[in-house]
Amino acid sequence: MASHYQDYLLHLADNALILGQRNAQWCGHGPVLEEDLALANNSLDLIGQARLLYQHVVTVRRDGKSSEDLLAYFRDVPDFKNYTLLELPHSTALAPTAAAERDYAVTIARNFLYSALMVLVWDGLKSSGDAQLAAIAAKSLKETSYHLRHAHDWLLRLGDGTAESHARMQAAVDHLLPYTQEFFAPSAMETAVIKAGLGVATQPLQAAWQAMVDEALAQATLTRPAVAGHVSTGKIGVHSEHLGFVLAEMQSLARAHPEAVW
Amino acid sequence: MTADLPIGPIARKLPSDRHFAIWNRLESVTDPEIPVVNLREMGILRAVRQSSGALEVVITPTYSGCPALGQMTDDVVQALAQAGVAARVLTQIAPAWSTDWISAEGCEKLRRYGIAPPLPGAGASGALKAIQFAAKSIAGSAMLTVACPQCGSHNTTETSHFGSTACKALYRCLNCLEPFDYFKPY
Repeated sequence: MASHYQDYLLHLADNALILGQRNAQWCGHGPVLEEDLALANNSLDLIGQARLLYQHVVTVRRDGKSSEDLLAYFRDVPDFKNYTLLELPHSTALAPTAAAERDYAVTIARNFLYSALMVLVWDGLKSSGDAQLAAIAAKSLKETSYHLRHAHDWLLRLGDGTAESHARMQAAVDHLLPYTQEFFAPSAMETAVIKAGLGVATQPLQAAWQAMVDEALAQATLTRPAVAGHVSTGKIGVHSEHLGFVLAEMQSLARAHPEAVW
Repeated sequence: MTADLPIGPIARKLPSDRHFAIWNRLESVTDPEIPVVNLREMGILRAVRQSSGALEVVITPTYSGCPALGQMTDDVVQALAQAGVAARVLTQIAPAWSTDWISAEGCEKLRRYGIAPPLPGAGASGALKAIQFAAKSIAGSAMLTVACPQCGSHNTTETSHFGSTACKALYRCLNCLEPFDYFKPY
């Protein structure tokens, strides 16, 4: 159980860190200045949430060897437990070239799908049997609610915008929605922490999440694609080919200069 | 450990508090990103208490990723050290900070500094609103009227959800045409 719980905390932390890292790739490259700032702020919140969760893992472990930096910068792909959705490039192409253009529609669709789930999860985790996780959830809920509002706004603008923005937004939703099956797929880690009263079951949240997504897509004049096929497995450490590239960029400095401080 | 922490809107500074002198000393410690308000007015300073051996000052972060937290910790330690008091700063995240904890004088100082203060009460129910929002149009919350800190007009519009720091959004006054920061309800 102890190991399942640590994995669960890492799952929540890795989600926040990897999406924070992905969104930070827009820093200096945003489509407009306001969105450049928005995504950097979004990342700041997510990385803050990840830090609180990694620090909590260190406290829970009590082994005197862990640190938040070791957890973020010195673990490899199979150790990360984030949803596969969050590591995908900002592109609808499954294998984009290094020079592929980032598509803001993908960024927005992903932020919307993830934030819509996390407002429900954080709200549930406010009642976790672990007081520290409940405290982190209460803080994160405020921030995630705001991210949801931002993503929802842009989903509407782009979906119900020009023919070009509509087509790209629809393509982004079609590309990403299959990866959300993982949100609701059971795992041994989640089953154990739910039973212990520490974690939140996502299956009972699916209807509320679906309602939020359907409502927003309808408002944005987008259609929901039928979702089937491969269920991604990032949360149990089996990732797409993209996570390695994210980690390479994120971890290279810390690995080249271990224990360096600002 | 949390028993003596205020759970109300803001930590109290009372003359009857045996740490009143410490509270007064900490009045000089301001928010590194908004130097016109101090940590007490921001609701960041939560408690001053004597622990075994050391004086403890409890602060709470605004946003999870607020980059000013380390600076605030250093500033508190330094301000007290200058008065010959050794203190330890503890960070506590529960109850979660809310913009409702910014004091009335703090809000007025923000406004005079050019930052529209958060609308009162807007932070507390935010979570529930977010969960229900998809069912109701987001327009409702966007329609809250924020007064321009320059001319006082309520004829303002949101330019961007996010501004120059994590805690602010960007607004524009349609009356005097000045852009301004709005302290996001949290």
